[in-house]
Amino acid sequence: MLEFENVSYTYHTKSGETSAVKELSFSVEKGQFVSVIGPSGCGKSTILSLAAGLLFPSSGKISRGGGEFGYMLQRDALFEWRTVEQNIFLPLEVKKRNTAQMRAKAVALAEKYGLKDFLKKSPSQLSGGMRQRVALIRTLAAEPEILLLDEPFSALDYQTRLEVCDDVQAIIKSEKKTALLVTHDISEAIALSDKVVVLSARPAHVVAEHPIDFADTPKARRNDVHFAGTFEILRKELGI
Amino acid sequence: MKKTNYSREHLAYLKKLKKKRVTVILSRVLILAVVLGIWELLAQTKAIDPYITSSPSRVAKTIVSLYRDGSLFYHIGITLCETIVGFFIAVIVGYVIAIIFWASDTLHAIVEPYIVVLNSLPKIALGPLIIIWIGTGYEAIIFMTVLVAIILCIMNTFAGFAAVDPTKLTLMKAMGAGKPTTLLKLVIPASLPALMNTLKVAVGLAWIGSIMGEYIVSRAGLGHLINYGGQVMQLDLVMTSTFILCVLTGGMYAIIALMEKLVVKQF
Repeated sequence: MLEFENVSYTYHTKSGETSAVKELSFSVEKGQFVSVIGPSGCGKSTILSLAAGLLFPSSGKISRGGGEFGYMLQRDALFEWRTVEQNIFLPLEVKKRNTAQMRAKAVALAEKYGLKDFLKKSPSQLSGGMRQRVALIRTLAAEPEILLLDEPFSALDYQTRLEVCDDVQAIIKSEKKTALLVTHDISEAIALSDKVVVLSARPAHVVAEHPIDFADTPKARRNDVHFAGTFEILRKELGI
Repeated sequence: MKKTNYSREHLAYLKKLKKKRVTVILSRVLILAVVLGIWELLAQTKAIDPYITSSPSRVAKTIVSLYRDGSLFYHIGITLCETIVGFFIAVIVGYVIAIIFWASDTLHAIVEPYIVVLNSLPKIALGPLIIIWIGTGYEAIIFMTVLVAIILCIMNTFAGFAAVDPTKLTLMKAMGAGKPTTLLKLVIPASLPALMNTLKVAVGLAWIGSIMGEYIVSRAGLGHLINYGGQVMQLDLVMTSTFILCVLTGGMYAIIALMEKLVVKQF
């Protein structure tokens, strides 16, 4: 579905060049939820930008198995001058697929995931967790094949974060979407993913890959006996 | 506001708010009345020379006589037209130029120093050039108005464009939006509050431009009346025109402030 093969990327600024990603290889299978974790500032967001085609690799190859991308960012970036519903329609308008049918689908999706009463409201009337849920539905509205999640929970307070994170995982799973999440939060990665890819400090390359196969829901995982052990392994690999 | 059963404490709070508002409004009116009253009194008792200072009653008489000979609305109309036309040209052209700058960093970088110099140049210095190039008609005054207001319009609206949340820009990019789509869906709506602010400042500048223009060239309008009144020592005319100007500028500002309130409500 999405494959990085020996991908390198170098940033150029006036003061010099920085190798952000070096010979990075990993893949995301269809329907899989893959998390990429790494130390802060290791170039995780760069990986998503590369995956989305916003940046082009300096060398190496990225293959995408067709289909659209949906990008979810650290902050919800909802447009305050639009209602929740209009925010959800934004990708349809941008991608010129703003048909009555697509809009109805998007609304149905929003209603299915508890936004029915909020559709006509302004984003400023919503809580942080609710806003991030709107952002997810907005991402899903254009029916992307693969979701790229750039630490979408990091701006939320701890309690909301757990809630929204479980929420988002459930929605993504039930919509049978493929997802690539970057985060620096080890427990989040373990709780959500089918596979965790551990990156080194900059320039980022893959240190290890771990399939996670115990328990099914994030909540059950956090309470599972294997959780602590997996956490320890990942923590050591990250060198913290 | 729905009538609900608020607690006594909340009712007391609301009452306090209302009282404060009433105090503010009453005080404003009172200040104006006192100032006008003292002015009138001093002029009536000849403590000050009304020939030089005029007085509220003389201003009122002048307004009536201007109205009787039909020149009141003639002068107001001329200045108002010049100001409004100049204001709209400055705002619209300024907005378009700001969009062009937004679309091209390079062009903006090239032109920026010229803009900065034009901004600090006292526009009145261009008076003689304007007369020679454009003449002494309304066009010259409108040109002056545009000249005074446009640079600020460009700089303010551009600053509003540049201040758009980078996360939202990334979002648009990730959706595959090109520059025109990003402009229409994000940058223009997101910078509406900045535009409203620009309008508020621009309206003041437009008045400066039109009155300045009338000082230099015109044969009609409020600026002309002030200038003429000063030359022939008719201070009643000067005060009256100034008073009318105060009302007009205040009114125009109020209209824009109201527009701002309606627009920015959604933000």
